[in-house]
Amino acid sequence: MKAFTYDRVTSAEEALAAGAGASFVAGGTNLLDHMKLQIVTPDRLVDLNRAGMDAIEPTAEGGLRIGALVRNSDLAADSRIIADYAVLARAILAGASGQIRNRATTAGNLMQRTRCPYFYDTALACNKREPGSGCSAQDGHSRTLAVIGTSELCLCQNPGDMAVALRVLDAVVEVASPAGATRTIPIAEFHQLPGDSLPVREFALEKGELITAVVLPPPAGGTHYYRKVRDRSSYAFALVSVAAVIQPDGIGRIALGGVAPRPWASDDADAAIPQGAKAVAAALFEGARPQEDNAFKIDLATRTIAAVLAEAKEARA
Amino acid sequence: MKFDAPMGDTPIDTGRVVGRPHARVDGPLKTTGRATYAAEWHDGLPGLLHGFIIPATIAKGTVTAIDTADAKGAAGVVDVLTFEDFDINGTANGKTVKLVGGPQVQHYHQALGLVIAETFEAARAAADLVNVDYEAEAGAFSLDGVRADAKVCGAFGGPGETRLGDFEAAFEAAEVQFDEEYRTAAHSPAMIEPFASIAQWEGDGLTLWTANQMIATTVGSMASMLQIDESRVHVLSPYIGGGFGAKLWAHADAILAALAARKTGHPVKVVMPRGLIFNNTINRPETIQRLRIGTRADGTIEAFGHEGWSGNVEGGNPESTVLSSRSVYAGPNRLMADHMGHLDLPEGNAMRAPGDAVGSIAVEIAMDELAEKLGLDPIDFRVMNDSQVDPSQPKKTFSNRHLVRCLQDGAERFGWSERQAPGTRREGKWLVGMGVATAYRAALRSTSGAAVRLETNGRVTVETDMTDIGTGSYTILAQTAGEMLGVPVDRVDVRLGDSAFPKSSGSGGQWGASSSTSGLYVACVNLRREIAQRLSLDAERAEFDDGEVRSGNRVCSLLDAVAEGPLSAEGSIDFGQSDTHAFGTFGAHFVEVGVDSYTGEVRVRRMLAVCSAGRILNPVSARSQVIGAMTMGVGAALSEKLVVDERYGCFINHDLALYEVPVHADIPHQDVVFLDDVDPYGNPMKAHGVGELGLCGVGGAIANAVYNATGHRLRKVPMVVEDIIAGLPDPV
Ligand SMILES: Cc1cc2nc3c(=O)[nH]c(=O)nc-3n(C[C@H](O)[C@H](O)[C@H](O)COP(=O)(O)OP(=O)(O)OC[C@H]3O[C@@H](n4cnc5c(N)ncnc54)[C@H](O)[C@@H]3O)c2cc1C
Ligand code: SF4
Repeated sequence: MKAFTYDRVTSAEEALAAGAGASFVAGGTNLLDHMKLQIVTPDRLVDLNRAGMDAIEPTAEGGLRIGALVRNSDLAADSRIIADYAVLARAILAGASGQIRNRATTAGNLMQRTRCPYFYDTALACNKREPGSGCSAQDGHSRTLAVIGTSELCLCQNPGDMAVALRVLDAVVEVASPAGATRTIPIAEFHQLPGDSLPVREFALEKGELITAVVLPPPAGGTHYYRKVRDRSSYAFALVSVAAVIQPDGIGRIALGGVAPRPWASDDADAAIPQGAKAVAAALFEGARPQEDNAFKIDLATRTIAAVLAEAKEARA
Repeated sequence: MKFDAPMGDTPIDTGRVVGRPHARVDGPLKTTGRATYAAEWHDGLPGLLHGFIIPATIAKGTVTAIDTADAKGAAGVVDVLTFEDFDINGTANGKTVKLVGGPQVQHYHQALGLVIAETFEAARAAADLVNVDYEAEAGAFSLDGVRADAKVCGAFGGPGETRLGDFEAAFEAAEVQFDEEYRTAAHSPAMIEPFASIAQWEGDGLTLWTANQMIATTVGSMASMLQIDESRVHVLSPYIGGGFGAKLWAHADAILAALAARKTGHPVKVVMPRGLIFNNTINRPETIQRLRIGTRADGTIEAFGHEGWSGNVEGGNPESTVLSSRSVYAGPNRLMADHMGHLDLPEGNAMRAPGDAVGSIAVEIAMDELAEKLGLDPIDFRVMNDSQVDPSQPKKTFSNRHLVRCLQDGAERFGWSERQAPGTRREGKWLVGMGVATAYRAALRSTSGAAVRLETNGRVTVETDMTDIGTGSYTILAQTAGEMLGVPVDRVDVRLGDSAFPKSSGSGGQWGASSSTSGLYVACVNLRREIAQRLSLDAERAEFDDGEVRSGNRVCSLLDAVAEGPLSAEGSIDFGQSDTHAFGTFGAHFVEVGVDSYTGEVRVRRMLAVCSAGRILNPVSARSQVIGAMTMGVGAALSEKLVVDERYGCFINHDLALYEVPVHADIPHQDVVFLDDVDPYGNPMKAHGVGELGLCGVGGAIANAVYNATGHRLRKVPMVVEDIIAGLPDPV
């Protein structure tokens, strides 16, 4: 681990002021791992843990504003979340472990980085870790990686669960810049696709920007599902996950995790829900570019959507 | 004592202490963090330095330059040592590749040197500054690629090919023929405690605190690699956080700590980072296995053929897949052969139940398939082909073989009669199935010694270089001494894992429990004689119980014997080869799984193991061994797989996020039943170990349960969702 300086801040403003050229650390459950493995070697850490931003508050519109530092465990246990945004609680609880969720924060979770094996071996080429070095996953071990939204530069999937639920809920991410400006980014645009030019950008944040909150619109009603498929029953990232909110009349929203660099959803796919899983999957995977190792994810996702829709149908019957 | 005749009655048979369910005597130390593991010996080691291994990042080739200047200049760095600074003689006993490579690189992540710094963090940061240039060579990394050139080869000195009768003719003539191939993936031991060592020199004497299963072997390894006399090496390994075979040998941490400590004059600690364990140390190699079994129409096996292929480094051992096939099922015509091809992957070596863990998966799936083909219940088919003689050495009778009872007793307990036709039992979205498999593992025995002392306060001290790798050695040794000397377990202090103590069998091959307690039994017999003599009692007739020694109508306190000072004795056990008996441990595994009909996820619902292994020394620790082994079997069946990246010649999933061992949520209700038996032919304790037995067959039982659930046969493990859904009907 490279030596670094470390500052604690007690407000968002202080964080932004201290932030230029520094890395924010929240729960540290992702960043510290990367520092130990020398995947990232920041010179400066700004610790947000005393900077507030840890409340869940109602918004004027009837939604909820979740502070960036709200811990994953607290968020999943919040009675308003459980009652009105159950898909979010379920998605969070499907991830990591109790200990990690106690530490992990809302913003940190959104910003978690890929679990691509080549990203983790610093001896091997990876455009995400070292722009321009190449992408070892092309023709490599890509079983866990993305099947759509990829490019020649990067194949990796977004590994998170929480963001998939936020996608079906149409959450927006609230960010503040060092210059004092604030803006919101719809969750659908928060995670970037690799595209054709370097560096491979992962997030829509600009340098020095701080996530202050995630805002949920008023409750969408319906029945909420989060179905995560993985190689073991717990403590594993999704091969495929399905977040869904299905209304009593059978229409609804669906987003997939584990298949793309961002939570994967589309209006066309949502419109196809009444026609069943195959139609939804066809809309979602149009233009998919799977590798030999991970082509099964399309079939698996289709089947998992079918499982969710069957459960929803049963619940309505 | 040379053990060459069946054991008569002994004090152990009274079963007052041995055979009782004692909680681990070292449990409180471990649960309160006071058991000192290898990396934790900080007290009394002023000036301790930290080493970080410099790993090779190619699989095969030559180091052309190694530039350590930047690393040497980094903050906190004391020195950077590379292979150019070392003169290491050979490698560790039992290992094939060198612990430190260079200039020739033999495998990915082979150690090339060590950065030594004042803190672990400084050493790790500086290791990143070492620049190594290589001339890489093409290597062989695919088992399929080398299979055609693989040669018949035996493992660990055993035969490569064995035959009996005329296999080919009998198979050809058989009324029912079965011929299939199976694949098992490479595994990493993935034990919790990483390899770790602290080395300190005093003059020309080395003290090494390390995590190791075989103390005496490691003394020999260190002495020969360092070219010093064995008497100058003191190895300590009292607590070990799991080994699964991988700690049978010294690894790079041990030799590099020793060399760095010698060079710097400071004690040096080296802990292998998790990310290096997968490629730096050893693995259980991938296998391909072919089963050819010919039977009569009624299911009687006439020809049994099992061949295995695996790859390893030049000079290494093949994975001995066919080992247990020599002894499990009957059949007068037999062919068993292991083949090895040369691969440039990290070294394959003995991991828990080497050979049998994966060999049994293929055999037990084959038996299930063949039973179905014959229209027989898989248990009936196994029972009718049981053999009380060793099928490969028909002159030898098994000393204690109760496989049939294990199968039948288990069937009854598990509700086997509820099993339905493949693919027909459904509970909501779940497809439910049951599977069974035989468990067999040889009961190996090994020379083992111990010292035992009756202290003046009446406590008993046991000393042996035996190790406890989480298995319960401390407890069963305390029980043995307690039984023999008539004191409760809490009056026995057991000291292990120190090369200053008498040499033991060490831990491996499930021989440790029976061998080490047998050695201690002999020491206790000798001490009883001393005590009786001191008390002027007849040692043969004396009964030791409740702190007293009784003979005829005389009753003495043990304390009377030590009024003038402690009494001590040593003892050791040796085993000859038996011409008349074969020794094995047997069991039956039963598994019920649910398979999600949409996603193909397999979730184990119930597991039962019925085991027969002679006397069970401590049912609590034995059960722990078996349920741990069953858990490892779940990993092999459903998730554990080292993935080879053939471009880089490495296992690419080298962390615990991508190499997936089972978690708690994967492990449902597990039941373990031990048949109540003793094996007087085996050893003085009439007992055998179960730590590997519990693993053998588990993967087969799970695969058979998955087939029973889905009606779709898989011949490759791990069985991952993509394999499962390929055989499931479209749910949409
Ligand atoms: C063993 C393990 C298993 C896991 N399994 C899962 C799983 O199954 N599913 C899943 O979804 N996740 C899983 N995770 C990932 C886990 O969810 C993340 O590590 C966690 O959410 C990160 O949150 P944190 O607060 O600890 O982030 P940190 O590690 O503190 O930070 C992560 C990143 O976010 C940035 N950051 C943090 N806060 C802000 C802010 N306010 N503004 C701007 N940038 C910020 C940091 O600079 C850093 O780049 C797992 C993690 C581990 C270690
Ligand atoms: S897929 Fe992305 S993260 Fe993986 S090696 Fe390629 S660039 Fe790196």
